[in-house]
Amino acid sequence: MLLEVKDIVLNYGKIEALHGLSLEVGEGEVVSLIGANGAGKTSTMRAISGVRGVSSGQISFNGENVTNLRADQRMRKGLVLAPEGRGVFPGMTVVENLEMGAYTRRDRAAILSDFERVFELFPRLSERKKQVAGTMSGGEQQMLSIGRALMSRPKLLLLDEPSMGLAPMLIQQIFSIIREIAQQGTTILVVEQNAKQALTLADRAYVLETGNIVKTGKGSDLLTDTSIREAYLGVA
Amino acid sequence: MTDTTPQKSVLKRVAAVPSLLGGAPQWVKVPLILLVLSFCVYLPFLNILPFAYIRTDLRPNGSDWSTVLFTIALYMIVAVGLNVVIGWAGLLDLGYVGFYAVGAYSIALFGSPASPVTKAIAAQFGLPEGWSMAFAACIPLAICIALIAGVILGAPTLRLRGDYLAIVTMGFGEIIRIVMRNSTWTGGPAGIIAVPEPPAADEDFFNTIDVHRWYWLALAVLVILIWLMRRLEHSRVGRAWLAIREDEDAAAVMGVNAFKYKLWAFAIGASLGAIAGLLFASKQAYVEPNGFQLNLSFLFVAMVVIGGSGNIWGALFGAFLITYLPERFREFESWRPLAFGVALVAIMVLRPQGLFPNRRRARELEDRKHEAEEAAADA
Repeated sequence: MLLEVKDIVLNYGKIEALHGLSLEVGEGEVVSLIGANGAGKTSTMRAISGVRGVSSGQISFNGENVTNLRADQRMRKGLVLAPEGRGVFPGMTVVENLEMGAYTRRDRAAILSDFERVFELFPRLSERKKQVAGTMSGGEQQMLSIGRALMSRPKLLLLDEPSMGLAPMLIQQIFSIIREIAQQGTTILVVEQNAKQALTLADRAYVLETGNIVKTGKGSDLLTDTSIREAYLGVA
Repeated sequence: MTDTTPQKSVLKRVAAVPSLLGGAPQWVKVPLILLVLSFCVYLPFLNILPFAYIRTDLRPNGSDWSTVLFTIALYMIVAVGLNVVIGWAGLLDLGYVGFYAVGAYSIALFGSPASPVTKAIAAQFGLPEGWSMAFAACIPLAICIALIAGVILGAPTLRLRGDYLAIVTMGFGEIIRIVMRNSTWTGGPAGIIAVPEPPAADEDFFNTIDVHRWYWLALAVLVILIWLMRRLEHSRVGRAWLAIREDEDAAAVMGVNAFKYKLWAFAIGASLGAIAGLLFASKQAYVEPNGFQLNLSFLFVAMVVIGGSGNIWGALFGAFLITYLPERFREFESWRPLAFGVALVAIMVLRPQGLFPNRRRARELEDRKHEAEEAAADA
């Protein structure tokens, strides 16, 4: 397994946001974590990426225990988070944001080709190279956040709510790009509120409810699961 | 500038951010810079009307013009240093006078034959009476001590955010002053005399009468430091600071060790403050703890904030305003605190990003305002 998360507990002060959550992501897989608002999706991403420390439990990446590593150390190992839209650097231009994604890299030629790759994936960004990120629309910022994470050539790409605040058409677009990224060979763990898109995309999926995993299975199976359909897809 | 990072070449190609004179070609830039510099060098002798009206010694009890120029250059060095900490790394340091004092006391303690420290060293190692360290040796020593002081202050406190950091640093500034006042090895409240002046071929070159020479020295140091800091701003370190300032979590997720770079900012800022302190002590030939009061820290912060934090030229202008105006308009001396207060409030209300803001800082401020408005709308 590329990523193994075992029984992690995450606290914000006295409030426990995750109560012993476990999940796994294998090499080459696309795994989704779906759940409603407040279920602990973003907390899970924070814990895995190292932005917040866990109070107990263990996180292993690539066979190595990374529980006590800082976020920047985990990132250097290839565990890279694309935070939800607001997580871009607002005062930097598109190109500068992308450069930050390659901050830890020194292989000049490869970085330039990755610029090309990101601009191919997101033509919208290549039209706005010089634009300041803070002045872009929510969808564009989201694309930038994902593109920035790709610039580091992640082993595992953590996507935090890529559809957050986007118009339905843009959601479709973002997800088809994510599919393309996965097909190019990047392992992805995506956390989503938009269950339909996330389940269609995923090889496997977890359902998160108030800080616990309540269900797991193949994406396609969960899509047809009655209780999931009722709770997350709005159909009986 | 050599291009070692791929980021930079890409940056130049597609997103060059214009700056002061940024668009001007080299043949305009270089003569222009030389012109401004030679004017600065000439300033102490400025005697042509109407330009001479900027002098501060036109009235019988006005301040000596060269001394004012020296102080301006000195505080500009301070502002450049503090700009690294506040403007670039985004850390509010209210105890910057502490580093200024560390620099001043470093040269006083080790460079003056009258200081208890040199006396103790001389006695310990059987050195002749009146021994003291060479001026040139005191410079790296002062920088090292300031770096260490910066790390000692920074390491435990940089995990604090915002206001808490400001309070702790303010305490630091006071601690330095109070330790200097209450210890015997620092000369106590009386301070230390016979702080050495820089060596020169003509032994009397740096004296108390030809103050313009001190001004030239400070100016030269200032120019070198501005050049160095500009290099730093556009380096990987500068980019890391920018990222941390804009979004610390996002910076961490991109592999930036925020703590390490904040500590660097603190240490670099500290050493610049110490260089200014060293010049100050050397020019005065005398240090005493009362020269490093807390209000000096506030003045330093005001320079950076009024000028426009994050922009070296803004910080320089802020230092100029706050040092020069009170000297030029001495006749309104009793109005000074009022004018200062009104000016500060006016700036904060009308132009919170400062007079000459860094473009990015202005945008960050704008962005934060939007976020606050959105949050307010949600609530």
